[in-house]
Amino acid sequence: MNETHRPYTLIAELTYKCPLRCVYCSNPLDYAGHGRELDTETWQRVFREAESLGVVQLHLTGGEPLVRKDLEVLIQEGRALDLYTNLITSGIPLTRERLQRFRELGLDAVQVSVQDVAAAASDRIAGLPSFDRKLQVARWVKELGFPLTLNVVLHRENLAHVDEIVELAESLDADRLELANTQYLGWALLNRRALLPTRGELEHARAKAVAAKERLRGRMEVLFVLPDYYSDLPKACMDGWGRRFILVSPDGLALPCHVAHTLPGISFDNVRDHPLDAIWRDSEGFNRYRGEDWMPEPCRGCERRTIDFGGCRCQAYHLAHDAAATDPTCYLSPHHGLIVAARAQAEREAGDPVELQYRTATLMPRA
Amino acid sequence: MIPAEAKPRLASKARLRFDRQTERYLLLYPEKGLELNPTAVEVVQLCTGEHTLAEIVARLADKYPKQARTAIERDTLTLLAALADRGLIGYEA
Repeated sequence: MNETHRPYTLIAELTYKCPLRCVYCSNPLDYAGHGRELDTETWQRVFREAESLGVVQLHLTGGEPLVRKDLEVLIQEGRALDLYTNLITSGIPLTRERLQRFRELGLDAVQVSVQDVAAAASDRIAGLPSFDRKLQVARWVKELGFPLTLNVVLHRENLAHVDEIVELAESLDADRLELANTQYLGWALLNRRALLPTRGELEHARAKAVAAKERLRGRMEVLFVLPDYYSDLPKACMDGWGRRFILVSPDGLALPCHVAHTLPGISFDNVRDHPLDAIWRDSEGFNRYRGEDWMPEPCRGCERRTIDFGGCRCQAYHLAHDAAATDPTCYLSPHHGLIVAARAQAEREAGDPVELQYRTATLMPRA
Repeated sequence: MIPAEAKPRLASKARLRFDRQTERYLLLYPEKGLELNPTAVEVVQLCTGEHTLAEIVARLADKYPKQARTAIERDTLTLLAALADRGLIGYEA
């Protein structure tokens, strides 16, 4: 580890609890089997230790962070440390009064997710009637003077609606619109057949997003990243393993990403047992895929290794059953056929109804 | 082209924060940050909506007499354009 490894962002997953059941939830499939949540004092200590390490951005997320009764105290702690404090929320359950209280406590910014541009379609993906309440919350966010990020996860059921999503974001006066293509891990991988679009669907959406980005420059930031399944090149997942982000799970594991604890044979330390700086600098988990020594061919000799850092370790494991393999989304990966096959399936099954598997605590996912 | 009498104002979503590790200022905004050089920090600190573009340039030119005024003006405009692109600067009439 050296100075190129500095965390700028702490992703604080305050809870795995959530009233929504989104079919692409980024929480691990076995979220319900995790231990008790960190208490208020431990989170406060984690924030302080993160700030000492260089963190300047704090993301309060989950699950649904609003279900934590101590969210007010945690916002206050974030601001006391001069962290840029973001609330990442579904907006449910929330009152205008509570949001106003967050404002008074210094919360910097709010990100609200919607699943589509109409209630029926949005609620179908969320697994809960929630669309209208989300829009209400987004309006409160702006009324109270927060910057608003609108987040919409894209997949084959809503990719055709990019123009309407942009319109919705404009009508809400959003400062930022994240058109986030689904990452196929966890619940999304389970639902990949229902969610993965065809190349044509994606290219149409991209053209619309690029046009909106140009038109709205300086007024609204529009983000659209070509998903790795169609780019033939892997993403620099989390800007590289243990380089810029620390994620702390509800039960206290310090992780390089949302689902690193699903990788077998790696031990991750708990913030209950160790200070965060020791975990960041010295733990086996954070050091496992830092640098280049772990890299296999074709990464090892590839000039892009300092750009994409070999891609996503979790994707390598969940698709190719080897966390140290080149990310299969790379066209040079010996496992790239898995991606090509998934794309071919999306073409074959375009328009066919596929049953969705909702996030649920009782479902025992297939291995 | 931005008129010289326009008064730039930093957006409320953006916040300057001194970074102990680099001893530089970061301009933080939702989910992102920019590292600013010392002169850029001075420009941003003057973006309160009270000073015109011309006044900002004049103030920096006074402070750095060895630098060509045209270079100061160019650098200031480049910075403000980059910030405006990100929605971090607005202009008062």
